[in-house]
Amino acid sequence: MNNIKPAVLTGEHFMNGDYACAEGALACGCRFFAGYPITPATEISEKMSRRMPEVGGIFIQMEDEMASMNAILGASWAGVKSMTATSGPGFSLMMENFGLGIMMEVPCVLVNIQRGGPSTGLPTLVGQQDMMQARWGSHGDYEVIALTPSSPQEMFDFTIKAFNLSEKYRLPVLLMSDEIVGHMTEKVVIPEEKDIKIVNRKKPEKYTDKYLMYKADKDLVPPMANAGEGYKVITTGLTHDEKGYPAMNAEAQEKLIKRLCDKILKNKADIIETQEQETEDAEIIVVAYGSPARSALSAVKLARKEGIKAGLLRLITVWPFPDEKILEVANKVKTIIVPEINRGQIVREVERCSYGKCNVISLPKLGNIHTPYEILKVIKEVSL
Amino acid sequence: MKHIEIKIGGFGGQGIVLSGFIMGKAASIYDKKNATLTQSYGPESRGGACSAQLIVSEEEVDYPEVQKPEILMVISQEAYEKFTPCLVKGGILIYDEDLVNSVNNLPKETRIYSIPSTRFAEELGRKIVTNIIMLGFFTAITSVISYESMKKSVLSSIPAGTEELNLKAFQKGYEFGLEKVNGV
Repeated sequence: MNNIKPAVLTGEHFMNGDYACAEGALACGCRFFAGYPITPATEISEKMSRRMPEVGGIFIQMEDEMASMNAILGASWAGVKSMTATSGPGFSLMMENFGLGIMMEVPCVLVNIQRGGPSTGLPTLVGQQDMMQARWGSHGDYEVIALTPSSPQEMFDFTIKAFNLSEKYRLPVLLMSDEIVGHMTEKVVIPEEKDIKIVNRKKPEKYTDKYLMYKADKDLVPPMANAGEGYKVITTGLTHDEKGYPAMNAEAQEKLIKRLCDKILKNKADIIETQEQETEDAEIIVVAYGSPARSALSAVKLARKEGIKAGLLRLITVWPFPDEKILEVANKVKTIIVPEINRGQIVREVERCSYGKCNVISLPKLGNIHTPYEILKVIKEVSL
Repeated sequence: MKHIEIKIGGFGGQGIVLSGFIMGKAASIYDKKNATLTQSYGPESRGGACSAQLIVSEEEVDYPEVQKPEILMVISQEAYEKFTPCLVKGGILIYDEDLVNSVNNLPKETRIYSIPSTRFAEELGRKIVTNIIMLGFFTAITSVISYESMKKSVLSSIPAGTEELNLKAFQKGYEFGLEKVNGV
């Protein structure tokens, strides 16, 4: 298959978040997409179905979401960067094989354009109710990486970031977006190909028949031999040893699961990203992610106009959670306010990490984003 | 014009979201302002209530939703009934007089502009260009987006081979709008 159109559409576009996500994936080399369309993530599949053949990649509409997740794991083992996209109901179905991806250490990207749940819930309206499912949705102990974009531009940029993190740390990375960001259309600037930073998985240095599938380097990440390159590629969802063979004992479990967690936890400084606005002298801080971060920023600006020392701490990576950053903020401020489009999920993490050093207020909302005035009202109440 | 909020309402299938897209693209890519488009619709792909909301601003757009539009463009009676209560005092109402026939109880400050765009579209031979006629009309009535940028945006957003028809439609709405504005 030949490229008939460029994969990197350098230039300025007026583009929705879902399309920008697809273009981000193509721009960093994703050449396999398997998915099952679902509102509000359908536009990602739609764009991929049109664009993949243009760039010599493969698009498959699968029979369901379980198969979609499996297909992208398989594609990644074959050496191709791969992605799927879904929303709540499909995310639930993908959880089993997401866990398989964690266990087999497969780089790939899973996009969730969150809508209201549980079950089929609110197909066309926004939600952020899958944030804890992202963390704990598959069984077992593990660490995840989840990014939360707030704009179509970030849908492009963070999809690339998600691929880079997945390749570097060898795991399926979650892009936890939401309906408002996915369906919002704004200017998206796609840089020139040479200006896009791309990380590719670490490979075994030279061929040896003594290659061990799961012998990690100092960074706790094993170099990855793709299937079909001549190495003995053995992988399983069972607890395994360095050869990749099932090892049904406590020692192997201890060693493997600890490494899977530590490869993320010990690299938190490299993975975690947050963004601060007006936080320097702030007495009240809003901690937000995804689309509500936009309302929060607006509320902070309005509060500043009224002389209230308010600031915004925006989470770009929600998982791994920025424990230390939250504690640092909690030590400085009187109150932290957490607006979320759920009944209060990430606020629990904020409470956990602030050790009672400041007041933490949950600001839940369902089915829509908070207006700036709803957040401003709480800022004003606590500023008295 | 620092920050202006626009709402477009009608039924799914009328090109409501495309109209918002064309306006937003004109404002952001060609007029070099900031533009944020959001949309709301039901589970149906056609026939259900549908709206597009566009914010055009010289500053960055934080909160993306439109609550109190300064400009409301409606292409169905239902959208008219639903959205006119949100229109700001002294706001602009633009509507298709073939599809919205009962316009009443509006505050007297409202600036009202109507166009028989469905009829014009039928005269051009394709009812599908109703929304493009409305866009031409919108461009003449409001000064939010420049004529040149809107024209470019229309041309870059429609299927190849339909340029002539769409340009005619755009021009028809624009000229009709100019007549209204100039009180001819």
